[in-house]
Amino acid sequence: MSTPKELLYSKEHEWVKMEDGKATIGITDFAQSELGDIVFVELPEVGDEISKDQPFGSVESVKTVSELYAPISGKVVAINEELLDNPEYVNESPYGTAWMVTIEVTNDAEVEELMDADAYSALIEQ
Amino acid sequence: MNNENQTLIFEITKPGRIGYNLEPLDVPNFDLEELIPSNLVRQEAAELPEVSELDIMRHYTALSRRNHGVDSGFYPLGSCTMKYNPKINETVARFSGFANIHPLQDESTVQGAMELLYDLQTSLQEITGMDEVTLQPAAGAHGEWTALMMIRAFHEANGEGHRNKVIVPDSAHGTNPASATVAGFETITIKSGEDGLVDLEDLRRVVGPDTAALMLTNPNTLGLFEENIIEMANIVHGVGGKVYYDGANLNAVMSKARPGDMGFDCVHLNLHKTFTGPHGGGGPGSGPVGVKADLIPFLPKPVLVKKEDGTYHFDYNRPQSIGRVKPYYGNFGINVRAYTYIRTMGPDGLKAVTEYAVLNANYMMRRLEEHYDLPYNRHCKHEFVLSGRRQKKLGVRTLDIAKRLLDFGYHPPTVYFPLNVEEGIMIEPTETESKETLDAFCDAMIQIAQETIDNSALVQEAPHTTVVNRLDETRAARTPVLRYKKQEQVTVS
Repeated sequence: MSTPKELLYSKEHEWVKMEDGKATIGITDFAQSELGDIVFVELPEVGDEISKDQPFGSVESVKTVSELYAPISGKVVAINEELLDNPEYVNESPYGTAWMVTIEVTNDAEVEELMDADAYSALIEQ
Repeated sequence: MNNENQTLIFEITKPGRIGYNLEPLDVPNFDLEELIPSNLVRQEAAELPEVSELDIMRHYTALSRRNHGVDSGFYPLGSCTMKYNPKINETVARFSGFANIHPLQDESTVQGAMELLYDLQTSLQEITGMDEVTLQPAAGAHGEWTALMMIRAFHEANGEGHRNKVIVPDSAHGTNPASATVAGFETITIKSGEDGLVDLEDLRRVVGPDTAALMLTNPNTLGLFEENIIEMANIVHGVGGKVYYDGANLNAVMSKARPGDMGFDCVHLNLHKTFTGPHGGGGPGSGPVGVKADLIPFLPKPVLVKKEDGTYHFDYNRPQSIGRVKPYYGNFGINVRAYTYIRTMGPDGLKAVTEYAVLNANYMMRRLEEHYDLPYNRHCKHEFVLSGRRQKKLGVRTLDIAKRLLDFGYHPPTVYFPLNVEEGIMIEPTETESKETLDAFCDAMIQIAQETIDNSALVQEAPHTTVVNRLDETRAARTPVLRYKKQEQVTVS
């Protein structure tokens, strides 16, 4: 199970990559392996506000539909349009081509609460 | 695999072969273009299959033998109440007075059918503890939506149109948040506590002046009775919201406890589940909605009423009604079946239904708890949820267990639902199965649990005895082939 060191993680199995006050968000390798083959991805629109712990989209696998819970709050500045047509990216490259949204972070304190790779690895090994 | 049986009827066509001789035309021929613009008139013959009667019989008989229904085997699909549908229902639904009437006939000529519907409404009022019932909604989710639209109209009539939040527990059926969204509400999800029941503190935290309603199934999707239901209803009523009962699990409490006595303001029932309408083939269903007095003005119109002279009448004079939700008045044939069921069972029979449904589920749960994890280990109602997490550690997923059950001739239970159980296996036996059937199914489940230890590949590669093995569900979802195209060679892997 891949858990890159440079990323931050949420309990709901999202990863967050911080760059210049902006955060890019996707779901983890563990999440995609639990969900199975992803067949549909639903994302918010650019300009939408997303709030920590509230759904901002969903992923549908052959097994189930799961909501995507925002790991932190912010305003959506970019979404991965290509992912909408290629949901299999989530399985193939969860930390790469399957990035979901980029947001402008509105509450830095929430970023502090995210887990590092070691803490997240410990969580999924439970 | 016998590929011949997989061909489509269009693929066995032979030009000129016929299975039926039409009578000679006995009315003057008519040029359609006199009536319909020529660009809308088909210029070439429809490419209907050209086959003999025997070809047709063999084709569809072969397909029908691949069906699995409750008439062919055990079907413990959790939360779907796949009980046996007594055949007397079919006999009654085919009575000429029910089968050969038309909904546009004058009311005076169909008083008997209207009386049946009225009596069905009255029975459902009594069973649910509601003040009035409409039979219009065509299925469960339709009933949910109808009730939510009435709640919306109620709040608007009271000058509280700002109430836009519907609260739904995380264990709810997916239709609940979907219906709330379609009805124009925003859904708030509340979490279940450690005991699998709604967390009262979480409910108190989310209710407020914007609360329109709480949607709840009781027993919930784990098969557990929400024992704090009165307090939950009080919390929601305390802030001016309504409490809605999803009747999906009524089979667990019917004639024992009534939603109306638990504090619910409205309820939908699935007559195609609890009241033995046939289902599983996509319908038709029937999802009546019952309401307490203060919601009556908003019922969809027409409302079927009994007049003082004893005749029955469709009342359209309902100025506050949310309007019609279905052409005519519900799925009449299904309602005839439900009425027949209620009358053949009687009050004591319906009580026994609940007792056996609950007894059967608890019996199976106790037989299986050693072999599978049981995350919410307490007395269940009509269904229970196992977890395949122990088997998952051995490399066998719940999906594999479900597929392996096919080898034993069973329809698998509901899997991966509810979402708050890891690798969930949700089993609802219903009251109509014998102890022998329950035991045989438990034996199969126990054998599969042993196979995951001794020979996991046998389970991982299942099914072995079916016409086709694992289907490519991913490809089916990502690139579905939804219609036959003549020139297209569709390869079946």
